[in-house]
Amino acid sequence: MAIGSARFKSVGAGQSPFLSAAMFAPAALYILLLVAGPFLLAVFYAFSDARIGNAELHFVGLENFRSILQSPSFRVAIRNSIIFTIGSQLVVIVSANILAIALENTFRGRGLVRFLILLPWVAPISLGAIGWKWILDSIYSVISWTLVALHLFKPFSAPMWLGEPHLAIASVLLVHSWRVVPFSTVILLAGRTAIPKDIPEAAAVDGAGFWRTQFQIVIPMMRPILSVAVLFGLIFTFTDMTVVYILTAGGPFDSTQTLPSLAFALGIQGSDLAAGAAISLFLVPLLVILAYFMLRIARRAEVS
Amino acid sequence: MPLKVSGALLGKLVRATVLAVFTILLAFPFYWMLITSFKQNVDLYTMENNPFRFNAKPTLDHLKFLFNETQFVRWLGNTAFVGVVVVAITLFFALPAAYALARLAGRWGERLGIAIFLTYLVPPTLLFIPLSRVIAFLGLQDSLWALILVYPTFTVPFSIWLLMGFFKSIPRELEDAAMVDGLTRFGAFLKLMIPISTSGILTVVIFTFTLVTQEFVYALTFLSSESNQMIGTGIPIFLVRGDVYYWGALMAACLISSLPVAFLYNLFLDRFIAGFTVGAVK
Repeated sequence: MAIGSARFKSVGAGQSPFLSAAMFAPAALYILLLVAGPFLLAVFYAFSDARIGNAELHFVGLENFRSILQSPSFRVAIRNSIIFTIGSQLVVIVSANILAIALENTFRGRGLVRFLILLPWVAPISLGAIGWKWILDSIYSVISWTLVALHLFKPFSAPMWLGEPHLAIASVLLVHSWRVVPFSTVILLAGRTAIPKDIPEAAAVDGAGFWRTQFQIVIPMMRPILSVAVLFGLIFTFTDMTVVYILTAGGPFDSTQTLPSLAFALGIQGSDLAAGAAISLFLVPLLVILAYFMLRIARRAEVS
Repeated sequence: MPLKVSGALLGKLVRATVLAVFTILLAFPFYWMLITSFKQNVDLYTMENNPFRFNAKPTLDHLKFLFNETQFVRWLGNTAFVGVVVVAITLFFALPAAYALARLAGRWGERLGIAIFLTYLVPPTLLFIPLSRVIAFLGLQDSLWALILVYPTFTVPFSIWLLMGFFKSIPRELEDAAMVDGLTRFGAFLKLMIPISTSGILTVVIFTFTLVTQEFVYALTFLSSESNQMIGTGIPIFLVRGDVYYWGALMAACLISSLPVAFLYNLFLDRFIAGFTVGAVK
């Protein structure tokens, strides 16, 4: 990146500003109209009393935010969004690091293993989630059957994985982790491959054991790429509503609702555009923070 | 020496175990889709049956049901149609924009490139409420054209980002030579850069297509009738009648829809990783 930009400055800059503007403008316009425009509309709705089927709009100030902050289901949603995002990311980081180490060296069948490991990430998420809904079924769950077969539960007494609030929260969290582990693994694997082989080898010659080499040399060297994996993982989970919508539809009793799924339930299913828009705006602060860190990584790479 | 050898062996054993455990955990739902697809209902819905094996003869009933009595094929067609049109729109916008950012705009190219990448981070769950009104205003409710209009908002930024890296890796001497030979800058882009960027363009085609098949929120919000669904919404929502889940057909549909995407994705995985890690790996 660094070498490239220095060269462009001397040769390319200002060469034909009109042409570059003309080539860039259509894409920029499309994105402005359909990303920036709707975003502003969401902000506008959040301060209004917009409903589906209501022709007139009135400005209501902070009224929507006041009533949202007082609603118990919103508090549950924001709590769940945080639990799912951070909890699943912890699972992901530990698992992905272990998996990346195990996959680092070539072996027979590595291609097949990689294909299988990637499936949760590449399959459409709504379909992966419905697969889990069957695995966690209230009556025919294969997990329950196995637990009964191992005599850990009596027949018919295995828990309802998606029917009890705490278990449902744990299930959603684990399905989120299941979805993101492959993504983080391949990103970390790319980071490992980029480290010159002689560095960990030299450490081994100097007597550093496996764990010491990993924790004091390899993982610190991978910090930028580790941050990339974590930042994207956080964004994917925080902004997702598919897993919750398919697995529990927010239930039982709104106990697994997240910010996006609550925004959908109120704004689209409940026709209350204003409330839905206001809830979805609560995604923005965290997204801004994550984007800031991403920019820092990009800038550091540009300088060095 | 024997100690060292057994250490290496132990390492291999640990690695094999780790890989086996993770592979099983991650791939299990797909194995479960496979086995469920071919089980008779009497086998699936008898609690005493060992679910890991066939307790009754395997059957093709679920597949027949899926293809003959549901709109599954229609959903595959809808998804392919939206995918192809969105790919065309994405290339139309992303190719020139990526070239402009990679070659012509200098330092601003870097900045705008990062700005474009950041718009990829704006999630559908932030925009679906206002966009639902835009779609209603345009009269596109329950139409695949609503998705065709909206999907480029995330496929274009991602594609610009991927193509930008690709164009930068092509030596600019090639264009300079072509321009000395009488091509204009835009002519060099059309007649030289696009033809030699085939593999980059193919990558964009594949990823745009997979992003379209994976999308859920917009399809759920904009589409309502059964015949207009995409695979991601039609399967989990319309293969459930009332409270009855047709698990055999459901799982078959999930597997059939997921595998082709997975194969394509694997072919281009390295480029996808490069798109995410530009700047973090040096």
